[in-house]
Amino acid sequence: MAIEVRDVNKSFGTTPVLHDVSLDVAAGSLTALLGPSGGGKSTLLRVIAGLERPDTGTVRISGVDATRLSPQRRNVGFVFQHYAAFKHLTVFRNVAFGLEIRKRPKDEIRKRVMELLELVHLEKLADRYPSQLSGGQRQRMALARALAVEPQVLLLDEPFGALDAQVRKELRTWLRRLHDEVHVTTVFVTHDQEEAIEVADTIVVLAGGEVVQAGSPGEVYDNPANPFVMRFLGPVTEIGGSLVRPHDIEISPDPVEGGSPAVVSRVVRLGFEVRVEVEIGGHEAWVQVTREQADRLGLGPGDTVHLRPAPGARSLVLAL
Amino acid sequence: MTREVTAITVRPVRRLAGGTAAGLGTAVLYLSLIVLIPLAAVVWRSADEGPGYFWRSVTTPDAWAALTLTVGASALVALVNLVMGTVIAWVLVRDRFPGRAVLDTIIDLPFALPTIVAGLVLLALYGPQSPLGVNLAYSRAGVVLALLFVTLPFVVRTVQPVLLELDTEMEQAAASLGASPFQTFRRVILPNLIPAMLSGTALAFTRAIAEFGSTVLISGNLPFKTQVAAVNIFSQIEGDNTTGAAAISTVLLVVALVALITLDVLQRWGSRRG
Repeated sequence: MAIEVRDVNKSFGTTPVLHDVSLDVAAGSLTALLGPSGGGKSTLLRVIAGLERPDTGTVRISGVDATRLSPQRRNVGFVFQHYAAFKHLTVFRNVAFGLEIRKRPKDEIRKRVMELLELVHLEKLADRYPSQLSGGQRQRMALARALAVEPQVLLLDEPFGALDAQVRKELRTWLRRLHDEVHVTTVFVTHDQEEAIEVADTIVVLAGGEVVQAGSPGEVYDNPANPFVMRFLGPVTEIGGSLVRPHDIEISPDPVEGGSPAVVSRVVRLGFEVRVEVEIGGHEAWVQVTREQADRLGLGPGDTVHLRPAPGARSLVLAL
Repeated sequence: MTREVTAITVRPVRRLAGGTAAGLGTAVLYLSLIVLIPLAAVVWRSADEGPGYFWRSVTTPDAWAALTLTVGASALVALVNLVMGTVIAWVLVRDRFPGRAVLDTIIDLPFALPTIVAGLVLLALYGPQSPLGVNLAYSRAGVVLALLFVTLPFVVRTVQPVLLELDTEMEQAAASLGASPFQTFRRVILPNLIPAMLSGTALAFTRAIAEFGSTVLISGNLPFKTQVAAVNIFSQIEGDNTTGAAAISTVLLVVALVALITLDVLQRWGSRRG
């Protein structure tokens, strides 16, 4: 295991932030810490980096107990949401920082920095200052800077959180490709489930300071441990006292076995998918169907339909 | 290329022209009345009796001693405040301790106090009847002490806001890249503070060379020993030598200008890098 976190507790003043958190991160993996804001995920990342000290519990990095080590001695690369660029240094010197601290020979530094700048596509901007870069470029610089010291693990705290949607999507794909090239054990924090599912091999869901579930994106999406995880990982709706994914519902004009009657209240066309809003058993729910299905059924407000979970669909019974 | 730029910017410039011209006019007029014309008058006056007289006025033993003492003591004071002001700003921003708010307010006291009152306080504390047993009256150390007191706030007040704004994540990033606290300070924090430190130092220096009220009591104004330039100018005027007074003033003016320009150049050089 590249990172082993055991029974970590952490409070800020009287506010508990992490409660008995244990976590294993496999060497070479790309793990997402996913959860709502205030769930403790950034704090956990900062505990791993040594930027916060846990009240109790241990952190081992590559088998070595790092709980009491300063961040300086952990050899961990850290990327901040707001880049934390060294404003007074050029892109080149920013990336060279860790190597200069380690007093590597000048030639070696030059070579390594230029390699990294090529890797993050900033080789032409080596002499610029951070203030002359876009947000996406600054974050790529920060990533190169963290990678320069060949960290044992790379930690990214909401790395794309400050970027606009378009750049965010590009960088996500690019981070995945970069990880496939560099293979450094990587943990990133995000509150965006789509980002976690798209980029990570493993998702760890954190809420209320506890690990709620850990697994591959498929496992977590298809077999959520509880209604919270199910809601957090994707769209859900409620029929017959169960939580179901809206795309896992069969809709038919005629009564079906195990189905419940519902009345269509609105049909919304969203490009390739159609959202059918219904009233069922006194509350509102919705079903996601394809355009072709919607056309075939010819649904309109006021129509009565029958709904049931699709065979094999995962649903969670809600306690009443 | 210049022509292209002009063509593009013509319209916005015209639209703003009315307001800009009025604003610029007011600013220039005000500056002229308050600063430039009086300064020019001083320089003009100093040349009344020709360059020979100017030179003789400035190099009379007592004037020269006052000038060298003033510039030397001011440089020393600026350097001490550069270090101590930065340390105090650091403590005020980074440390939490009881009485911090009080200390923060006290820093401005030298600004708020009439300088002659400051002189009086210093004389009472460090004069012949010093309750602390430290007598600095009529000595150069007394001059330095008075200048230290009145110029203390400059560096503190220029560095403090920059330090408040400084992104602490930069320091965390440096630490995670393997930098020790000292390396982080030297390579990350200090370069970001230097422009503010320099401008605070420039202000402290120029204020110190002009200081009159706080030094006049504690120094005793002994010519060749503790008389500062401002007091020397004052005694020249009292002796009805206005031209000589203007000459010494002009030298102070040039020293102040050189100091401000040097530090401005240093700052530009710093900000181009940052």
